[in-house]
Amino acid sequence: MPVITYRQALNDALAEELERDENVVVMGEEVAEYNGAYKITEGLWKRFGDKRVVDTPISEAGFIGLGVGAAMMGLRPVMELMFWSFAYVAYDQIINNAGCVRYMSGGLINCPLVIRGPANGGTNVGATHSHTPENFLANTPGLKVVSPATPYDAKGLMKAAIRDNDPVCVMENTLLYGDQGEVPEGEYIIPIGVADIKREGTDVSLIAHGRAVLTALAAAHRLHEEFNISAEVVDLRSIRPLDQETVLNSVRKTHRAVLVDENKPFCGVSAQIASMIQEHVFDDLDAPVQRVCSLDAPAIYSPPLEALQLPTADRIIQKVLAIS
Amino acid sequence: MSVTRAEKPKKTGRNPVDYAKAPINADLTKEQKLGFLADMLRIRRFEQASLKLYQQGKMGGFLHLYIGQESVAVGTLALMGDHDHAITAYRDHGHALVVGMSMNECMAELLGKATGCSKGKGGSMHFFAPDKNFWGGHGIVAGQTPLGLGIAYALKYKDLKGCCLTYIGDGAVNQGVYHESLNLASLWDIPVVYIIENNQYSMGTSLARSSAIKSCLAERAEGYKIDWDIVNGEDLYEVRAKTWDAIERAHEKCRPTVLEIDTYRYYGHSVADANAKKYRKPEEIEFYKQNHDPITLWENRLKEEGILDEAELKKVDEAAKKEAAAAVQFAEDSPFPEPEDIFSDIYYEVDMGTESGQTGRHFFND
Repeated sequence: MPVITYRQALNDALAEELERDENVVVMGEEVAEYNGAYKITEGLWKRFGDKRVVDTPISEAGFIGLGVGAAMMGLRPVMELMFWSFAYVAYDQIINNAGCVRYMSGGLINCPLVIRGPANGGTNVGATHSHTPENFLANTPGLKVVSPATPYDAKGLMKAAIRDNDPVCVMENTLLYGDQGEVPEGEYIIPIGVADIKREGTDVSLIAHGRAVLTALAAAHRLHEEFNISAEVVDLRSIRPLDQETVLNSVRKTHRAVLVDENKPFCGVSAQIASMIQEHVFDDLDAPVQRVCSLDAPAIYSPPLEALQLPTADRIIQKVLAIS
Repeated sequence: MSVTRAEKPKKTGRNPVDYAKAPINADLTKEQKLGFLADMLRIRRFEQASLKLYQQGKMGGFLHLYIGQESVAVGTLALMGDHDHAITAYRDHGHALVVGMSMNECMAELLGKATGCSKGKGGSMHFFAPDKNFWGGHGIVAGQTPLGLGIAYALKYKDLKGCCLTYIGDGAVNQGVYHESLNLASLWDIPVVYIIENNQYSMGTSLARSSAIKSCLAERAEGYKIDWDIVNGEDLYEVRAKTWDAIERAHEKCRPTVLEIDTYRYYGHSVADANAKKYRKPEEIEFYKQNHDPITLWENRLKEEGILDEAELKKVDEAAKKEAAAAVQFAEDSPFPEPEDIFSDIYYEVDMGTESGQTGRHFFND
């Protein structure tokens, strides 16, 4: 099976969907002539032209709103945010318009819009560029939120997002763009709302999404090597809809859960998962549910410290050992 | 382009330019002209009936009345062709009725009934009828300005000769997203027509207290190389003539326009606006009612043209009142939505029972 980067997997997904459906239009800052600030859209403008791949001015509220209006009319805009942190200036458009228009119209309208871009800390760009708003977005019924951790998932989820008839927020990660992984050449889709067991285990469930999945996998490897603890790693892949059963089944099996989340702890995605676990499988638990989140402060610039602010394998291992 | 504000004929209510002779108006039939009167009266009688319901405590939330501004919705929306679309803010009842939504579905929506146009899920500020090219009904000031842009963008993308009439109030011109939209509209040649319904007050703040340029709001379009005009909203012929110019510019040149239509609302920002007569003098409201009421002026015009008499007027008005009364009855008799209806119309894929709608948990109740 070919090995390609996460970046290439996203690029392939966009190219295939542009090819497949003439209503797909890719839009955002620097996506066309510049080939993408992070080169996710590299080559697409040259291949598909001005109509299908469109550079926007720096007007997130304006162009995201334009995408919502165009989606209501049946186009399938794929809007790039250079950083998901910039979504905050377009919040009204994302929450009130993309998220609520179907409900407020009593189901007369749907909004097949994709908003995508990186949402991560860890790149030493300070607090304003390091937000992880998947928890905020998933708090809005009407929006869907996915967070792929691997090239394979990135391609399959991006294609599913573009074909979905509801607005989907795709949370990528600049630290993953260069990661490599196996991606089949043929067509495939990963359904939104289906989690994936990235590593089987029996002693504790590490439940994560996005890059935290890789941190959890690193921790699981060391737990096995150094402590003979078998950790299962559950990759949520999709935050909303959420594959509750896969999460609960894992906890039923291992009886312990450590949630790994690059969100801040207060009302982060892991807070929802923790609530769900205690509500549904409390009697299966042999220990309190633990969380490893980003440390609860704005993202610090200082490079060695920011590395500590995100969840680390060391912190995960400490939590696991504390409940084992 | 340099335009100075036309001298508004405050005293006489008569426009110095006779827009009745404009090409879009010259061939209007008697029936069409009476139809405009009927539509304006339908809006007014609908809203007066809704006000009674509100005062009786039968309605939740806000009620933003359009009364006094009827000539704007009727004058502009009646020009829509097959590929023309419209979107507006929260003062949306008039637009809804003119595009052809029924009084029944609108009144029922006000009462939160299952038979409402949004099944009771949207309320007064959120009327929609995409089958009639009407895209709402939006509650956040200026939030709809890029949506109108996107609708027009989609028309151009699909090679359809159409435009999107995008209505905003005078307060909305101070929101950033409106300016982002203007820049995009001009930069990309998007066939959108922004229509500022300038009723002089953004809630309780007069234009003089909210706009750096006090004499004109449309003029800001200069900054984006967009054609603009100001319109005397009390003259239906002028509203039609100048809006048609903008629609033609969109159709033929794919260029945007900003129109500022002078108008006036008699009631508060919403019915809950307790200060409606404090930030302006009651005499001011009375002056407008007496001298600048768009319906009275249109009636007078049609009488002068010899196509309306008192008997006909009474007939049209009675029909509007009767329709509104029937809508009240329909709304009152209609059932509320069921509790389980809270969870439909959120995700298309769930509503349709598609595969995508069945993977994963979508809702997080017990």
